[in-house]
Amino acid sequence: MANKLIVSLSPHVHGNDSVQKNMYGVIIALVPALLVSFYMFGLGAVIVTLTSVIACLFFEWAITKFILKRERTTIMDGSAALTGLLLAFNLPSNLPLWIIIIGALVAIGIGKMTFGGLGCNPFNPALVGRIFLLISFPVQMTSWPVAGQLGSYTDVETAATPLALMKQAVHGNADALGQLPDAFSLFLGNNPGCIGEISSLALLLGLAYMLVKKIITWHIPVSILATVFVFSGLMHLANPAVYASPFTHLFTGGLMLGAIFMATDYVTSPMTHKGMIIYGVAIGFLTVVIRLFGAYPEGMSFAIFIMNAFTPLINTYCKPKRFGEVVKK
Amino acid sequence: MKTFRIGGVHPAENKLSAGKAIETLALPKQAVFPLSQHIGAPATPIVKKGDVVKVGTKIAEAGGFVSAAIFSSVSGKVNKVDSVIDASGYRKPAIFIDVDGDEWEESIDRSADLVKECTLTPEEIVAKVKNAGVVGMGGACFPTHVKLMPPPGCKAECVIINAVECEPYLTADHRLMLEKPDQILVGVSLLMKAAKVTKGYIGIENNKPDAIRLMTEKAAAYAGIEVVPLQVKYPQGGEKQLIDAVIGRQVPAPPAIPINVGAVVQNVGTAYAVYEAVMKNKPLFERVVTVTGKSLKNPSNFLTRMGTPMSQLIDAAGGLPEDTGKVIGGGPMMGKALVNTEVPICKGSSGVLIMNDKEAKRAEPQPCIRCAKCVSACPMGLEPYLLATCSSLQDWERVEKEMIMSCIECGSCQFTCPSHRPMLDYIRMGKGKVGGIIRARNAKK
Repeated sequence: MANKLIVSLSPHVHGNDSVQKNMYGVIIALVPALLVSFYMFGLGAVIVTLTSVIACLFFEWAITKFILKRERTTIMDGSAALTGLLLAFNLPSNLPLWIIIIGALVAIGIGKMTFGGLGCNPFNPALVGRIFLLISFPVQMTSWPVAGQLGSYTDVETAATPLALMKQAVHGNADALGQLPDAFSLFLGNNPGCIGEISSLALLLGLAYMLVKKIITWHIPVSILATVFVFSGLMHLANPAVYASPFTHLFTGGLMLGAIFMATDYVTSPMTHKGMIIYGVAIGFLTVVIRLFGAYPEGMSFAIFIMNAFTPLINTYCKPKRFGEVVKK
Repeated sequence: MKTFRIGGVHPAENKLSAGKAIETLALPKQAVFPLSQHIGAPATPIVKKGDVVKVGTKIAEAGGFVSAAIFSSVSGKVNKVDSVIDASGYRKPAIFIDVDGDEWEESIDRSADLVKECTLTPEEIVAKVKNAGVVGMGGACFPTHVKLMPPPGCKAECVIINAVECEPYLTADHRLMLEKPDQILVGVSLLMKAAKVTKGYIGIENNKPDAIRLMTEKAAAYAGIEVVPLQVKYPQGGEKQLIDAVIGRQVPAPPAIPINVGAVVQNVGTAYAVYEAVMKNKPLFERVVTVTGKSLKNPSNFLTRMGTPMSQLIDAAGGLPEDTGKVIGGGPMMGKALVNTEVPICKGSSGVLIMNDKEAKRAEPQPCIRCAKCVSACPMGLEPYLLATCSSLQDWERVEKEMIMSCIECGSCQFTCPSHRPMLDYIRMGKGKVGGIIRARNAKK
């Protein structure tokens, strides 16, 4: 008996958290938004989501097996499925299959596996896929189906998104802001847009779930949303005819999706709470700058992408509060 | 409710033996006393083969200022002065005594009467504590008399008694408080007198409401002692965390020590040992040990003579289960896995924990996903992922700058890591290296 004892260093117990639990936890948090997208975009949303998830899983499996030649496949850890889901959430529901597959290949191949797989990528892989597609296929990536055409896929009626209208207002179209839906219907999700971004309500439900399950902390989403609200609110106060109200900014485009699910990606966001707030404020600021003054109507993806690049720098300079820095109360 | 301010985790408490009264364990056939069962210099043996000793006879003298004397816990004949594998897994010098009867030194007061009145001066109390070989009973085993003699320029302002017992499974301190509250409180008063302070706090976690109630009720009769209930959070029993929780002061990074913020921290078991040493002339040769584990038949708390092999405690608690994978000296968060069950009970042995095969195995590590949960969990405000990675890359300069020496090795980071990364293994290695580098640098100066 005695020589069969296992000897290892403490701690001898573990909290039973796992990579899988976190990844599948995020996927569960995405379910409300997924259901809303099915309800709004029907068949198109189902096809795009399934294609993206399956393609991401396939590319992760194939690259691990044939290029990296690793013995253990990592597709069950949930991270590739999550990338696929997030990529789909960032695509319009009428995107042709082949473009989705290219997006998945770029996301997993270039965005993730090139750097060594899970944990090593500097940029959010789903975001790499989305930005690649947005730059490569600007026409297909910016034609937004009108909600409610449940039985159709590519042959749908499209319309301008609220963000496009807001951009027109900035460019001098005085009527554009008047055509915007009210903030409450935007909040529920009744407007054209990417599959997963339309319903702020559903995304906030996901946020609540992740906070309760302690998958993420509040720092990144709250700092992004607060910054966007304050900055766009100041602009709105300065000139309400040109700049839309801060509520419209909060509930349109990819802001909620980005703030809650894309910017909070573990691998590419800062490690300390202080760093997370700096990162979040910068993302919020850049988003509004791009929305109001940039060439693109939406700035969320680029803002997160830029700040992903700053994450190592933030980690170097933002240290946690060390024990003992406060000597006396 | 009070608690410490940075980090912390909540391991499952599993206090299986909390309802079990302390039982006195039978005498061992042979008692083994490692000479190095405290922090500091090993003790020097003053007996030789064939010597006859009684219970309470001094068998080894303190080997320096930071060291402690060792007393026999049994009566009988010295068999040999040899070596034994102790809880650390290393072979260390030890005295072996064959037990014969149970004859105590006459100077020891064996009555159960509570003695409250003490006319000794602080210096006399410290001397008695020193001469009884009392060390910190929480596990670190720092000689108690050293803590009671602050270095020049430092002044104690309060005594904080560590009755947190934040390690899962362990219940020895809990039971001691329920069964010997008055003795503990007299011990606390003695510690306060020795440290020349008028304020004493007893920090108890909220998962022991019966102990909080009893101690609060009894403490009313003792001047200056306050029971402080604490929110349950690991590692609240860490000295620095406890000071932060109780009086809201944070000890700066090493080389600073608790006395730099005016605190003297002692374990509740130590307070009891101090009572016995000062009031009953009884040196430290027995202690309460929790024997526990989910597959163990009868988890218990035993009053155990030092030197008893752990196997005897395990047998008394129902025997070693078939599926045993690991035997741990101490609790599951900071205890040491033992290489065999013949390791003797020492002054710092708070528990013996049996884990089955399944619990004992570590999960396969996965890549770090940079979730930052270790950073949030670290009670010292460090970045465990960074310290572990830089240690594995042997970047000693960087880990020293990132304050690796502040790590208290509580294991919260590894406990919380979703990727099951063995961070603390690497951090310990880094600490060892950096500690050596710092010592070499100081030696040069």
